[in-house]
Amino acid sequence: MEIKILGPGCPKCEQTSKIVTEALSDTGVEATVEKVTGVMEIAGYGVFGTPAVVIDGDVKCVGKIPKKEDVSSWLTK
Amino acid sequence: MKEKTKLLILVGLFLMAYFIPWAHPVIRQSGLEAFMMLQEYAREHVLTCLIPAFFIAGAIAVFVSQASVLKYFGNQAKKILSYSVASVSGTILAVCSCTVLPLFAGIYSRGAGIGPATAFLYSGPAINVLAITMTAKILGWQLGLARAIGAVIFAVITGLLMAVIFRKDDLARTGGQIHVPDEDDTGRTLFQDSIYILTMVLILIFAAFAKPAPDAAGLWPAIFAAKWYITIFLLIALGWMLKAWFTKEECVSWIDATWGFMKQIFPLLLGGVIVAGFLLGRPGHSALIPEQYIQTLLGGNSLWANLFASVAGAFMYFATLTEVPILQGLLGAGMGKGPALALLLAGPALSLPNMLVIGGVMGVKKTAVFCAIIVVMSTIAGMLYGTFVV
Repeated sequence: MEIKILGPGCPKCEQTSKIVTEALSDTGVEATVEKVTGVMEIAGYGVFGTPAVVIDGDVKCVGKIPKKEDVSSWLTK
Repeated sequence: MKEKTKLLILVGLFLMAYFIPWAHPVIRQSGLEAFMMLQEYAREHVLTCLIPAFFIAGAIAVFVSQASVLKYFGNQAKKILSYSVASVSGTILAVCSCTVLPLFAGIYSRGAGIGPATAFLYSGPAINVLAITMTAKILGWQLGLARAIGAVIFAVITGLLMAVIFRKDDLARTGGQIHVPDEDDTGRTLFQDSIYILTMVLILIFAAFAKPAPDAAGLWPAIFAAKWYITIFLLIALGWMLKAWFTKEECVSWIDATWGFMKQIFPLLLGGVIVAGFLLGRPGHSALIPEQYIQTLLGGNSLWANLFASVAGAFMYFATLTEVPILQGLLGAGMGKGPALALLLAGPALSLPNMLVIGGVMGVKKTAVFCAIIVVMSTIAGMLYGTFVV
């Protein structure tokens, strides 16, 4: 599984990546986590708002910090 | 922060402490001015103006749906709507540069195109609630109003000019799927949300209501006499609304957002006020930079003074809201009202670091044109304001 966290590095993005890491260790799912910080790269996903979470190419959440339960459910699906 | 940077900062502080002639009368005077200005802010502006403004900004960030605005930036959206929404959306969306730049890149490359994108890029930092309230409270309502109107008009003109100049490039853009933040169903009507935010704006206006001139008659002294009763009544109304319309979690996230802004902005503002006080002093008091320098460079309303203010504003980086104490110092030291408006219009939207990022998104040529348009328009607006209003 490949997880990308989109955001230029503001506190909200940091919190998002913390939640994703926690959800990963909770569910025990193996995945690579990559932070995407370039503005043009972020725009390349068609995302209008950060932080955003992309899992295996699917945009899962945009413009807000996701809840840990939601992240876990995306991971285990 | 890298260890090397920390070391450099420490060395810098040490050299300052070692070499600055603190006993020199000018330095003493400047240091005193820095703290006098800080006290003026603490006494006059923090409780009645900044704190309510932070709560409003927090409420806007949490309760106003971004999704409802963002749909006007898609590539299918009507152009007129895109421009009008872009020029005022700064009040809702742009409380943090974190949001502005990715959104700008998105609108530019996948959404409504270069026109609305640049309009948004300009209006974002220029017309947020905090900046306009602070400007109106501290620098006078005329300048606050001129700033708000100027920013909206500039946003539209800049966007349209960019779209016309670069229309060929715009056609070559790639479309594609776009994702906007989800719309949450809150169970409140738009009317309830508007009344709630309006109540807070009224609290801000009445709590910060200035003492009218001693010879003024009629409505103003009457409002001033009753201002605390009105404010308390509005606070009770606000409390009732919170209890009746909002859930506990919503109130918690409102307080969280407000606290987030305070944490982010207060330290910057504290630094800004102290630096402005040290360099420029309060109005009527001199500090480190002699007043005649400022009068020569920025006094009056000449083309040169306005142009200098615009260019300086464009390159200088102002942390959120610090433009206000700096301008207060400059105005007190003899800067003209026209150049002040020019600096306010060119300043917060542009800075050297910001230009580099924009350059990375749309290329050097477009960025240069964008900056040039803003500098020229700010100069013109400054001259008009200085000639006709003051």
